Amino acid sequence: MAEKPMIEIDAVSRYYGIYKALDDVTLDIGAGEFFSLLGPSGCGKTTLLRSIAGFDTPTSGDIRIDGRSAIDLPPNKRPTNMVFQNYAIFPHLNVEENVAYGLKRLKLDAAEERRRVGDALEQVRLAHLSKRKAHELSGGQRQRVALARALVMRPKVLLLDEPLSALDKKLREEMQVELRTLQKAVGITFVLVTHDQYEALAMSDRIAVMFGGRIAQVATPKEIYQHPLTRQVADFLGGMNFMQARITGESAINLSVETARFGNVTVTKPRGFAASNGQATIGIRPERLRVLWDDAKADCEVTGLVVDRHYFGEITHLIVDVPGLEKPLSVSETNNFGADDIPVGAPIRLAYDPDALVALAD
Amino acid sequence: MVALPGTAQTEINVPPAAGRRWASSDEANGLTLISPTLLYALALLFLPVLIVIAYSFWSQDYLTIDRSFTLENYRVALTEPIYRDLLWRSLTISLAVSVITVACSYPVAWFISFHGGVHKNLWLFLITVPCWTSYLLRVMSWKVILGYQGVLNTGLMSTGLIDKPVTTLLYNSNAVIITLVHSWAAFAILPIYVSLEKIDRSLIEAAHDLGDNKFWSFLRVTLPLSLPGIVSAFLIVMIPTVGDYVTPKLVGGKDGVMIATAIQAQFGKGANWPLGAALSVTTMVVVSAMAGLTVLVLKLFVRRIR
Repeated sequence: MAEKPMIEIDAVSRYYGIYKALDDVTLDIGAGEFFSLLGPSGCGKTTLLRSIAGFDTPTSGDIRIDGRSAIDLPPNKRPTNMVFQNYAIFPHLNVEENVAYGLKRLKLDAAEERRRVGDALEQVRLAHLSKRKAHELSGGQRQRVALARALVMRPKVLLLDEPLSALDKKLREEMQVELRTLQKAVGITFVLVTHDQYEALAMSDRIAVMFGGRIAQVATPKEIYQHPLTRQVADFLGGMNFMQARITGESAINLSVETARFGNVTVTKPRGFAASNGQATIGIRPERLRVLWDDAKADCEVTGLVVDRHYFGEITHLIVDVPGLEKPLSVSETNNFGADDIPVGAPIRLAYDPDALVALAD
Repeated sequence: MVALPGTAQTEINVPPAAGRRWASSDEANGLTLISPTLLYALALLFLPVLIVIAYSFWSQDYLTIDRSFTLENYRVALTEPIYRDLLWRSLTISLAVSVITVACSYPVAWFISFHGGVHKNLWLFLITVPCWTSYLLRVMSWKVILGYQGVLNTGLMSTGLIDKPVTTLLYNSNAVIITLVHSWAAFAILPIYVSLEKIDRSLIEAAHDLGDNKFWSFLRVTLPLSLPGIVSAFLIVMIPTVGDYVTPKLVGGKDGVMIATAIQAQFGKGANWPLGAALSVTTMVVVSAMAGLTVLVLKLFVRRIR
């Protein structure tokens, strides 16, 4: 993160009656960072974004944008602009007028205004549609108008409220790349709200995962995927096989555990970890379990029976029952070697890397 | 893809769409289904109007109608000063009524739509309450309020603001305007409310986000997007009030007489149906023109706010 954070969220809480939408959230977002707020619906991510924009006022706490407290500023006085979930394109104005909407208040001279609108439309590749009305645009085009309309204001922070959720999968993936490229080009801070883990992983510099109005973990995509702190985070970001293990040793940073089928391993102790009854929750990602074919050998193996199989095109999900584990293991294997042909009921050997096991706080 | 010979064969066998009998088409089915209502509505809507138009080109010959074509009725309707003045007064009164009604109703509709909270329906319900009583009763109650010894005069006198009753309240065009504004308010509030309800609230947030304060976001987003409601409210109020007959009769006095009174006189005491019909048709045409013009002016006005 850069020297001084662009957005400082300081002990922000938001209550609706007794319901805590935000519960003592503290977070710094760096200048020029692509930051994602990720979580299931109702986790408070949108409330947090709207608090940054000024549409929602926190019950307590402070929000500083670029070093200045913004808590008492209305949305029109904040150096932020927002891309709304439904894009909120003004239906009575055409594309050009939509983009110029905010500039009208700046009282620029006509030539300067035209130039900035033109540049913004160029940036989102919509210059050829400048005279279209909102209802004549496709979902992707509307989103570009919303982007251009916000970027033309040259905000310090661009806030995006689930901007891709209304688009179909193909377009969504294209727009992910495009948004990322755009962010690098303009160099301003982007704060993205999403419930789509892949979107957050693919686009962000850092991700904050939220549950029940609290932040569960803030880290880079790789860190958050490989070393989730809690069971909830691990479960929300892709699948995870969970198992209970007995703690045999504990240091300040490490845990030694004895598992039922994965032997004795030493794992990093997650922040906020508390053992219950000398037990710890250990997890391993489905793709970190590899099918061992024929006589192939691996240092670490588990054996089990295939009880179910789900075909997903490039991969197959195998559900493998391993005696001694409380739940069958979920294994995701590429179909390059014929995992889609493994019959249900067949015995199977799985290889794993002990480093792939992680300890999780509850 | 290469077309198989068999595919081409089947295409030839399909009868061309244009060759189907119209009688079995969806359109014909639909028209058949709505025909009873359609015929009923046509008969009740257009037949009377057509009869009125036909009458306006005929002439009255004592007790019989002379069915030879003449434009004499229109000459009288358009050139006689009395009819011209009455029509002009009707138009100004109805324009004043619709402007005042819309101006007074818009804030009410806006308040219910934006700040009505969970009680929106209760508010709307309360607005319709006055309509439960007879229209005549409501007009009469305005007489009680505006009269020489009325509520308003006695009230003002008891506070010492005036020392003798104001006589300009009742029996003139002001009284007609006040009464009509009151009785049409509910009909203006509802369409405006509906169009305000349809505005996506995130558009107003977007306007704030892009630098507008509350005043500008109202002028640049809320007002233009509620224009359809304003236009409907204008038309709903303006068109019937031009031809209003009861209100001027009851509270208008001799200065508040409107064109409908003259039309009624021709169909009644005057016993000149063709002239009455010509006056009606003239009024209809002029009202339509004025309504169209008002819509145009409103649209231009809103387009200018950017």
